[in-house]
Amino acid sequence: MTALLTFQDVAKSFTLHLRGGIVLPVVGGVSLAVEPGECVVLGGPSGAGKSSLLKMAYGNYRCDAGAILVRDGGAAVDVVRADPRAVLALRARVIAYVSQFLRVIPRVSALDVVEAAGREGGLSEEAARARAKHLLARLNLPERLWDLPPATFSGGEQQRVNIARGLIADRPLLLLDEPTASLDPRNRAVVADLVREKLKAGAGVLGIFHDSEMRDAVATRVVDVTQFAPQARAA
Amino acid sequence: MSAPLLSAHGLTKAYGSRLACAGIDLDVTEGEVLAIVGESGSGKSTLLSLLAGELAPDSGEVRYRMREGRTRALADLGAAELRRLMRTDWGFVRQDARQGLRMAVSAGGNVGERLMGMGERHYGRIRGQALDWLGRVEIEAGRVDDPPSQFSGGMRQRLQIARNLVTGPRLVLMDEPTSGLDVSVQARLLDLIRRLSAELGLAVIIVTHDLAVARLLSHRIAVMRAGRVIETGLTDRVLDDPEHAYTQLLVSSVLAA
Amino acid sequence: MSAAIAQRPEREPGYNFAYLDEGTKRMIRRAILKAIAVPGYQVPFASREMPMPYGWGTGGVQVTAAILGRSDVLKVIDQGADDTTNAVSIRRFFARTSGVATTTRTAEATIIQTRHRIPETPLSEGQVLVYQVPIPEPLRFLEPRETETRQLHALAEYGAMHVKLYEDISRHGHIATTYAYPVEVAGRYVMDPSPTPKFDNPKMDDCPALQLFGAGRERRIYAVPPYTRVRSLDFEDHPFRVQEFTQPCALCGASGHYLDEVVTDDSGGRMFICSDTDICETRVAEAAR
Repeated sequence: MTALLTFQDVAKSFTLHLRGGIVLPVVGGVSLAVEPGECVVLGGPSGAGKSSLLKMAYGNYRCDAGAILVRDGGAAVDVVRADPRAVLALRARVIAYVSQFLRVIPRVSALDVVEAAGREGGLSEEAARARAKHLLARLNLPERLWDLPPATFSGGEQQRVNIARGLIADRPLLLLDEPTASLDPRNRAVVADLVREKLKAGAGVLGIFHDSEMRDAVATRVVDVTQFAPQARAA
Repeated sequence: MSAPLLSAHGLTKAYGSRLACAGIDLDVTEGEVLAIVGESGSGKSTLLSLLAGELAPDSGEVRYRMREGRTRALADLGAAELRRLMRTDWGFVRQDARQGLRMAVSAGGNVGERLMGMGERHYGRIRGQALDWLGRVEIEAGRVDDPPSQFSGGMRQRLQIARNLVTGPRLVLMDEPTSGLDVSVQARLLDLIRRLSAELGLAVIIVTHDLAVARLLSHRIAVMRAGRVIETGLTDRVLDDPEHAYTQLLVSSVLAA
Repeated sequence: MSAAIAQRPEREPGYNFAYLDEGTKRMIRRAILKAIAVPGYQVPFASREMPMPYGWGTGGVQVTAAILGRSDVLKVIDQGADDTTNAVSIRRFFARTSGVATTTRTAEATIIQTRHRIPETPLSEGQVLVYQVPIPEPLRFLEPRETETRQLHALAEYGAMHVKLYEDISRHGHIATTYAYPVEVAGRYVMDPSPTPKFDNPKMDDCPALQLFGAGRERRIYAVPPYTRVRSLDFEDHPFRVQEFTQPCALCGASGHYLDEVVTDDSGGRMFICSDTDICETRVAEAAR
């Protein structure tokens, strides 16, 4: 297996026990792969299950059927069946997930947030610090903000901290869920550069970008998820 | 993967005809935070007492990998060995600080007690370590000689943490450590627990009814209801995509978890 | 017998020898034997009502009654003095109920019952020192639950004991505990030496005499057998030290004795004199000769 990420006939539905056990199907028959150097962008209208696919790949959502294989060195780990510790290990070494929301840790400075993510991703303290400063500078976050906790930042500033945090370590598989949603064109271009650099280094990306400019800048392939629409079933 | 630090197998405890814990299996290892969530009466506090060896189970056992590497059943340890384990290699942060601290003894004395219990007999070193730990839990050095009866709720909990961590334990049990605190005080305490447990590579088992606390602190979660673990797994998976009807009810009952 | 020994008094009829019945004495002796076998360990015993209130030495009196024989010579001191109310009444109690000889001379006594002092005259083999104890549990100030203190003793968990000393140093810069200063007996049990001044602690160590402790209200007996190691708890950087007096006794001129401060008039006049009246009087008499 050379693909970094492989969906094999994956299906997902939600069972809402609090609403009489209705089953809401999300996707079915999903098969796709992300190779090194490839940026696969998920397309389709909202509600089609794009974010759900990313969350399933990250182990955040369960699956009803199929397998999601993530390459970890020479081995492939099935996220669907892996025990929690194996999923956590994948997240530490292999998978980076960047959403448009920064889960704010109270009272920790922006620089420390990014640096900590680097150390968790296996960088030394010095390397993490240096890279964190470099990334925040490239993302045009004013230096006076670095030592402040991001809780009080604007949406765009928070998002740039979040991107720096997601990209600082050298994880080979990036799951990007609209990371640039509230960025201005200049910073979006920076993110596009950063993603292309990751691709050049052999990383693979599975992403959602509503903004067509951004999508065109990074996508090597677009997969329309409406093809995975499941047959509606009732409970 | 190496053997877990602590594991429970089929832990069962009944009070009369009521099962407080029924066939509980769980484990935790270094660097890992396990949250046990559930409503009051779900058996989570009984479970914590069973894990801590404070209560004897009706059946089942708790096993622990000792410092020298051998895994042993708690029930096979003598009272002296068990207590020595508790005050050196384990910590227990209580919901009610009055149960976890000596309220009439100074903050420094509270932190130093476990060191003295391990045979440290040098006042200067004890005080040095106490001051160091007060600093790490963000209590000013100037308060070292004040008793916790003069401390706020948040400070008392931080002092409990310092008192427990001073001997470098590998396992820390926490029983609702943040309940009854103001939200801002809670956030500070949660951040501290998270930072210290990651820095020190602690195994932590935290009992809480607060799903936000579980989400912020834990890697894995076990949901208890009526004495049983009904759902367990990755914390964010269980909270974002709960499988069991009861877990869905719990998650949906929270304003913002 | 020396002149200092009082005349052997008549025993009053109607009492068993030394007041207690023989069954009770046997029960107490068993507790004493156990206490000697496990130095420093507090042995529970069925403390009896005595014809004096608790706090007047009922524990010590019961121990003395249980070991007293017809040939014994009894000395009773209270804060080092033979002539205070408590000492006088206990001495008279035993004189009337047992008829044994009594003395004020430390060297001549076979049994010395004491409240809050150890005589300055070194004790010798064959002598028994009986302490009156108000609160036998050294851990009580930290741990009010008896079940828990018994556990702590059983498992030799004495970290909490040092917390008290730690608190002293942090508050006063030195260990300010001056009496009832805790000791470790024979490397095992931590024991409250009763409210003796810590000045007397070194006398307990390797002492040729048998030391028995009786607590009447708390119903405990404990013991230090002859020639037992008794170590005062301390810190490496704050070692145990006894009180030092800057001046000698104003009456006998002795230095190295424990001194009491005595107010001599209404205008603030005061002097320091030996708390041990026997040794002080003996030295004064010798100096007059």
